[in-house]
Amino acid sequence: MLKWSGVKGGVHPDTHKDRSAALKIVQASLPDCVILPLRQHAGADAIPLVKPGDSVLKGQLIAAAGTEVSAPVHASTSGRVRKIGPVQAPHPSGLAADAIVIESDGDDRWIDLDMPDDPFSQAPMELAERVARAGIVGMGGAIFPAAVKLKQGARHEIKTVLVNGSECEPYLTTDDRLMRERAEQIVDGARLIQHILRAYRIVIAIEDNKSEAIAAMRAAAEPFGAIEVEVTPTLYPMGSAKQLIQEITGHEVPAEGRSTSVGVLVHNVGTVYAIQQALRFGRPLISRVVTVAGGCIKSPRNVETVIGAPVQHLIDACGGLTDEPAQLLLGGPMMGVTLPSTQVPVIKGATGVLALQRREVSRATESPCIRCARCVQACPMGLLPLEMARRAKVDDLDGADAAGLKDCILCGSCAYVCPSHIPLVQYFQYAMGEQDARKNAARKNDYTRMLMDARNARLEKEVAAKAAAKAAKKSRASSTSESAP
Amino acid sequence: MLMATLMLGGLGIALGLLLGVAARVFAVEGENPLVKQIESLMPGSQCGQCGFPGCSAAATALVEGEAAINCCPPGGRALVEQLATLLGVSADSAGAAPVPMVASINEAECTGCTRCYRACPTDAVVGANGQIHVILQAACTGCAKCAEACPENCVSLHPEPITLDTWHWSKPQAA
Ligand code: SF4
Ligand code: SF4
Ligand code: SF4
Repeated sequence: MLKWSGVKGGVHPDTHKDRSAALKIVQASLPDCVILPLRQHAGADAIPLVKPGDSVLKGQLIAAAGTEVSAPVHASTSGRVRKIGPVQAPHPSGLAADAIVIESDGDDRWIDLDMPDDPFSQAPMELAERVARAGIVGMGGAIFPAAVKLKQGARHEIKTVLVNGSECEPYLTTDDRLMRERAEQIVDGARLIQHILRAYRIVIAIEDNKSEAIAAMRAAAEPFGAIEVEVTPTLYPMGSAKQLIQEITGHEVPAEGRSTSVGVLVHNVGTVYAIQQALRFGRPLISRVVTVAGGCIKSPRNVETVIGAPVQHLIDACGGLTDEPAQLLLGGPMMGVTLPSTQVPVIKGATGVLALQRREVSRATESPCIRCARCVQACPMGLLPLEMARRAKVDDLDGADAAGLKDCILCGSCAYVCPSHIPLVQYFQYAMGEQDARKNAARKNDYTRMLMDARNARLEKEVAAKAAAKAAKKSRASSTSESAP
Repeated sequence: MLMATLMLGGLGIALGLLLGVAARVFAVEGENPLVKQIESLMPGSQCGQCGFPGCSAAATALVEGEAAINCCPPGGRALVEQLATLLGVSADSAGAAPVPMVASINEAECTGCTRCYRACPTDAVVGANGQIHVILQAACTGCAKCAEACPENCVSLHPEPITLDTWHWSKPQAA
């Protein structure tokens, strides 16, 4: 059912999905060591519970959630903790992040799992707590802790659980393969989420270029009522929550609003699968399916791997590289991030590893804006990318915000269509980063002032205490001298 | 004649009194209210990195145009922006904001004399007599008072390190 209020803007990049979508998910072998960063989620670092030299079992909790918005980390295989400390992060900066490195003992021995009873007979909050303990985050790349979303959702009236199977990024086919091969588990997971949120219905949204996934999900949903499989047009960025909600419900999520404010909670297919595994079998999130693709990969396909395996290990599982990649990406080509090397680990939010050839990467140099407004037409959020970039360029950050920067989802549609090859998204990322930096500086300024005041108060008290002590001594001295004969 | 003299004289006295009272009632606190406003924005650590003896002296100098709006390293880019709006100048005219610095102690050389601890305006130094001291990076404003106080010369200042939390994309070059 297509609604006329559907998504505005959007682009149609080449999908490059055929090769990896055609093959079954394959299990990667066990790597020699796994690298588990303490922050693979949005929020605070997890706090290590083990020390170097400790033996750990697969599935053992090795780092606890730091704060309310955080996620625990579990050992993804059995072995010995080699080190806890900085490793190169899967991040374009190439900077280090703290991680727990486990040397695999090759046995891959599970810890005794706490096998839950029938989850449908349990209280919703207990189930949400289980999801939190399993360390599940948004697996479509958003990496927001899934349990936080569930708990927030439980406080609102959620009408619809929206399972996002649109997978609009080019090259990526993990969700497609998951839906084809594990449709029943996904439907079961969606029903568990529905139970947690007491939602009325479940909608599974899939783009029309995945006919086999659509058929598989329809078949799996058949026995249950109140589950609809909705087919959406193939359009980038259909997988963005705001766009998908608008397409499916016809409601526009208000600017700066949450999707829960229109009664919808969106979870990616991979997240729903992980939630099902946690609630049915007590399994924490320690593995995931990753699409390994791009012109430099010998045989592109989907690989199921333990979290923390080096990217090189996955590339090897796909026959290795045929060529020196011009670009190495984590995630899709539109929103993914460049990787500093193939030694960085696969993290919970890693949807894909792409090794792209020179011809697959746009290398054209930037020329001045011709004000063609193609970027405006392409922007799914209805913003003014050219104006935002112009203002970001001259550091007019408030101006850029006024032109729409605060609503930008960094989807890259504008940069994709720009005939002048202006790196629009990089301008936006720069401006957003600069805004954060200023906010942090202002926060530190306030903190400094607070510390100053506290110190002054302390010093004053010390002076007063000294004076009082002196006075007391004096009066005591004089009273003793008086009483003396 | 006498009448006119008395009247003018009386008028003079009355108006004089009125002016005197008005001057007291409508007195402007301090000198320039802008100085107070700017001072309230400044970090207040009296660190002296700006080259003035303390934040209020710097605020006065800023209003009089004798200090650049980027003179305060602990204030960072955020303060530059605020000062630019208040003083009606462009933030870019000041050039780059100064790089914020932080101090750290070389533990191998620290004797635990507590001098840096007593000098720090934000209580960022933790330590006690005869113990190795350490500086809490989050509370340090990079004012270098501890470095000046240290008899062992074991406090050094360096630019705030870039971490995954503070890193961000730089502005695209060209065009
Ligand atoms: S698409 Fe590119 S050239 Fe056209 S208006 Fe937007 S920024 Fe300018
Ligand atoms: S990156 Fe931002 S401005 Fe560009 S199309 Fe996407 S939402 Fe619009
Ligand atoms: S002043 Fe120097 S020697 Fe004394 S406690 Fe501080 S760092 Fe250590």
